[in-house]
Amino acid sequence: MLSIKNLSVHYGGIHALRGISLDVPAGKIVTLVGANGAGKSTTLNSIMGLVKAGGGSVCWNGEEILGSPTKAIVESGIVLVPEGRRIFPNLTVDENLSLGAYARTNKDEVEADRERVFGLFPRLKERHKQKAGTFSGGEQQMLAVGRALMSKPKVLMMDEPSLGLAPLFVGMIFDIIRQINAAGVTVLLVEQNAKAALEVADTGYVMETGTIIFSGNGKDLLVDDRVRKAYLGEA
Amino acid sequence: MNTLQKKPMSRDAMLTLGAAVIGLVLLFVFDSTFDRFTMQIFKLCAINIILALSLNLINGFTGLFSLGHAGFMAVGAYTCALLAMTPDQKATNFVLQPIAPWLLDLHLPFLPALLVSGLIAGFIGWFLGVVALRLRDDYLAIATLGFSEIIRVVLTNTQSITNGSLGLKGIPRYTTMWWAWGSAVVITLFLVLLIKSSYGRAFKSIRDNEIAAESMGVDVFGMKVLSFTISSFLAGIAGGLLAHYLTTIDPKQFIFLKTFDILLIVVLGGVGSITGSIVAAIVVTISMEALRFLDGPLNLGFMVTNGVPGLRMVFFSALLMVVVIFRQQGLMGTSEFSWDSLSRIGLLPKRGPKSGKGGE
Ligand SMILES: Nc1ncnc2c1ncn2[C@@H]1O[C@H](COP(=O)(O)OP(=O)(O)OP(=O)(O)O)[C@@H](O)[C@H]1O
Ligand SMILES: [Mg+2]
Repeated sequence: MLSIKNLSVHYGGIHALRGISLDVPAGKIVTLVGANGAGKSTTLNSIMGLVKAGGGSVCWNGEEILGSPTKAIVESGIVLVPEGRRIFPNLTVDENLSLGAYARTNKDEVEADRERVFGLFPRLKERHKQKAGTFSGGEQQMLAVGRALMSKPKVLMMDEPSLGLAPLFVGMIFDIIRQINAAGVTVLLVEQNAKAALEVADTGYVMETGTIIFSGNGKDLLVDDRVRKAYLGEA
Repeated sequence: MNTLQKKPMSRDAMLTLGAAVIGLVLLFVFDSTFDRFTMQIFKLCAINIILALSLNLINGFTGLFSLGHAGFMAVGAYTCALLAMTPDQKATNFVLQPIAPWLLDLHLPFLPALLVSGLIAGFIGWFLGVVALRLRDDYLAIATLGFSEIIRVVLTNTQSITNGSLGLKGIPRYTTMWWAWGSAVVITLFLVLLIKSSYGRAFKSIRDNEIAAESMGVDVFGMKVLSFTISSFLAGIAGGLLAHYLTTIDPKQFIFLKTFDILLIVVLGGVGSITGSIVAAIVVTISMEALRFLDGPLNLGFMVTNGVPGLRMVFFSALLMVVVIFRQQGLMGTSEFSWDSLSRIGLLPKRGPKSGKGGE
């Protein structure tokens, strides 16, 4: 269980997170939706230790991880697929995957996981020696997800994995998210595509300008009038 | 199937061994047949290989635009010369002001002196890295450029340690063919292993995407400092070899333009390619000598020009511009030499393993 309490982040004068709290129970899919600039990426980045938090706490299985170095957080089983497909364009698929396993030391286990990722994304296997920068947007997103899985995560955090993808790829990404979750990985999903995200999620949180304004069961939020008006583009 | 998979492995090993033997024989033959002048150029090739590789490690593989190489070379050159010269040799140099007494009697054989030069340059690199690597791209370039000029000013003004602008003369000619090429080969092997290791992957991931590297758990700042320190260490070694190759050094040799000479090699060869740096270092070093006639009076058929000193550099600058415009990735891009690439272009099967091209 990942439990965030009163997390607060400032960027210079901008108060990006105003003390938010959310729970990510083990084995579930939790989604965080909200408009542009609401603070979704900031939330994930500060859990990861990429952004320095001004206050609050992030408890992971009862241990405070706020302020730990990113490598320790990755080692403890939390990993982020960053926003905007941040793959390593001049490195091969294999090298990208190896970097996903950067914090791990057991080579045999890493190779077994590489095969597992190839099983999930056969296209990566076909082109494992190709430079990642030559991939299409959707393929790069798959590589980014595969790379995150190489760290053997217990919690997989994804920042807008469907951004800029064609509908076919969006469907594939959400299928993959379900599969990964079915294999026992907890998922914290940030999405612009609120409808698809709330459909797959057990719990949803809705963010606005640095605070959480609603939360609840994914299906309930989908039919909530306020949410429908503001985030699902329905009158 | 199994034998098929194993075959290229043993073939590559044989080819590499063959190339190493041929290289060794060639070195021996060259050493005993070529005149002194040709040998000097040949040695300079090896030193330039080390310089290009070390600059490529930081600029090409880690993606940090650093322009401080001349400074690290200078540190290495002075350290090595002052340690390896005998007290007598040192004393005759310091005519304006006597050498500091602690330094006069400090004397080491060549190898330890060379290693100490690398260590001191590496230590300064580490320190500069910790301070300057927090800066972003262009600021880092300016800071390292400034650092290399500061080193030069310090060398000019510490009369009792470096003999100031008079420089050091009569440095023993320890940099033989074997020292120069031996160091180049050892350093190349070291860098090949480093780049293939998880450290090398971390360097390249920082170059490609710092934020993604950080979220994978790469200690971005620590890795930058490590890469910068190793690069400075190697530049220090190259500086030491250079001092005992030239036998005369003074601060003016280490102006920032020296860094640009090395940068030229790195860019021509391919930013992020070890093979490219090696090939370009050899080609550029030899052409610098071969094109020396450009600096002298030229007979153009219809007229004879007066000597234009620096025309060679105009040629190389033009070449650099052509590369930057038409082939930004340089000779090799980020690719590396492999025996497979030779057979792919049809060179290998016809020739057989024994006549494979020498070199790395
Ligand atoms: N590095 C930064 N420096 C300054 N301000 C920042 C920085 N990163 C984000 N912000 C600001 O913090 C607020 C929250 O940004 P964040 O990226 O978390 O939003 P988001 O919910 O992920 O938006 P989007 O859906 O557009 O990705 C925004 O107002 C943004 O401008
Ligand atoms: Mg965002």
